[in-house]
Amino acid sequence: MEAATARKIRVVVAKPGLDGHDRGAKIIARALRDAGMEVIYTGLHQTPEQIAETVIQEDADAVGLSILSGAHMTLVPKVVELLAEQGVDDVLVTVGGTIPAEDIPELKKLGVAAVFTPGAGTDEIVEFIREGAAERHVG
Amino acid sequence: MAARSRSTSTQPESQAAERSTISGHPIEALYGPGDLPSDAEERIGAPGEYPFTRGPYPSMYRGKLWTMRQFAGFGTVEETNERFHYLLDHGQTGLSTAFDMPTLMGYDSDHARSLGEVGREGVAVDSLDDMEQLFEGIPLGGVTTSMTINAPAAILLAFYVLVGEEQGVPAEKLGGTIQTDILKEYIAQKEWCFPIEPAMRLVTDMIEWCSQNMPRWHPVSISGYHIREAGSTAQQELAFTLKDGFTYVERALERGLDVDDFAPRLSFFFNAHIDFFEEIAKYRAARRIWARELRETYGAKREESMRLRFHAQTAGVSLTAQQPLNNVVRTSLEALAAVLGGTQSLHTNSFDEALALPTEEAVRVALRTQQIIALESGAPNTPDPLGGSYFVEKLTDEMEAAAYDYFARIDELGGMVEAIRANFPQREIADAAFTYQRELDQRRRIVVGVNDFASEDEGETPILRIDPALERKQVDRLAATRARRDPAAVEVGLAELKRAAATDENLMPAIIEAARARATEGEMVSAMQEVFGTYTESPVF
Repeated sequence: MEAATARKIRVVVAKPGLDGHDRGAKIIARALRDAGMEVIYTGLHQTPEQIAETVIQEDADAVGLSILSGAHMTLVPKVVELLAEQGVDDVLVTVGGTIPAEDIPELKKLGVAAVFTPGAGTDEIVEFIREGAAERHVG
Repeated sequence: MAARSRSTSTQPESQAAERSTISGHPIEALYGPGDLPSDAEERIGAPGEYPFTRGPYPSMYRGKLWTMRQFAGFGTVEETNERFHYLLDHGQTGLSTAFDMPTLMGYDSDHARSLGEVGREGVAVDSLDDMEQLFEGIPLGGVTTSMTINAPAAILLAFYVLVGEEQGVPAEKLGGTIQTDILKEYIAQKEWCFPIEPAMRLVTDMIEWCSQNMPRWHPVSISGYHIREAGSTAQQELAFTLKDGFTYVERALERGLDVDDFAPRLSFFFNAHIDFFEEIAKYRAARRIWARELRETYGAKREESMRLRFHAQTAGVSLTAQQPLNNVVRTSLEALAAVLGGTQSLHTNSFDEALALPTEEAVRVALRTQQIIALESGAPNTPDPLGGSYFVEKLTDEMEAAAYDYFARIDELGGMVEAIRANFPQREIADAAFTYQRELDQRRRIVVGVNDFASEDEGETPILRIDPALERKQVDRLAATRARRDPAAVEVGLAELKRAAATDENLMPAIIEAARARATEGEMVSAMQEVFGTYTESPVF
């Protein structure tokens, strides 16, 4: 079902921290754009503060955090915390990267809607974001 | 009971009409004598002879095996020193150092941006104090060391030279490699501290200084590995790497250096990916192209200047998180391709590396993989065993042609630095990465265990966890260094570094003196950034 508003779903694709592995983030950014969404790719080396600011300024429906440096348990909670502090509680947060299985439950407890690990299909990710962001429009 | 592994398709003969390599390069149904070049003797030649298609040395592995050099590093220097000793004890023949993200990006461990990142992807090194302990119990005169670091490479080289000095090993006796290849950072690995021009100045400084002071050292490892990992094709990996190399040669010549004084110490680093024959052809084409260009375009007279020598690493991107033991097979095939392609040095990935740094058990298997190839398979018994193969020679020629196409396109843009500014290699890589991903999504290309032969029920593979307490430990080490050192000497060292940075003097001496005073890496990078500025990319996707 399409979103209640006619506007495109707006997604921020972000690279937190010092991690320079941007292959996956760029593929997802492009796939989301091809799927008709408005994509804001932050580029590399973003602090959690910069990401939260971008999400708010861009009025994003979803933010995808891509992280392959092993620093996810510091950086992801910080982004989630900053969004909450600013009263932003309806943004779909997803994480992609080299995330060990044992860290996933804790990330989900923080409010991360999904964690996409190596081998996840692009279409699956796009659909998840489309459905998750649409829910937030309607709800 | 484990869920049954279910195949959902195999490739029937009728679908096999068109085949291509993983890079999309078409493969014919059959190769034959007509696919050998007409000038085979000149183009293929003999190992150890121009144009070195068959290898840089006449006897290759009969004379000396490739160096078994496993990339290692995590936590603090204490943990990494332990892993160095483990690997040496288990038969590796050279060291290779992985630094953490803060060190790679020029941040001290106590910088705000280092939070959560210290010791995670490699070892944390903030000062000479750390470097000393990194090589504890390892005489630098008796081992060669590779260091994977680029933007702050001059600083880490200074640390290494000073550790050698403290051990009584003069710089001219030190053997090893420092990656330094900043062009591929802007293209692919994305670890930078400065804008392009000052960064290139530092590379030339290192090439110049090493040519005068470190005859056994490779001041740069011109790399394709990262370009490939970022998603490029094999052809792009080959072309962009060699073009980067030519660019460094040009800059050194502009500095006034004689090509035969520095070219012999330029080294390379290629990916060893899963499409077996394409990789072998790539290495052979690389050697031929480099030899020809160094002689014909850059006027090299010494054979050593024309001889491309490389390190290879099996492809990290080919590893799967699913069914990790399959990765042992992948790494083995990739390693064999590198050996049949004539690599001088090799790192084999561990089977658990899709999600983490390797455990001891996993890295031991990776090392054994090399040892089995070396000692059981017979592969090293003769140079270039696939020389003369209709398929491999044709593929080599085609790789070479593809590289020259790219050289022409880059030249049209004004050279590699301008091409990078125009986002050309970055866009090629992003397009290739996207194309490949769509092939996987649509199952036009198969990764076993991922989009075919997947298993519902997989056991847990134990992976290496980096203890967060190590960050605290490193921050404390850094505080102790700051407390111990003479602040006046540090101030003088940094001031001198800033002064020299604003001139066109070679920066190595000033960096060494600041390092000797225990200026930290972050302090030295900041001092240089005050003069050089910083870099932000304008990404394309």
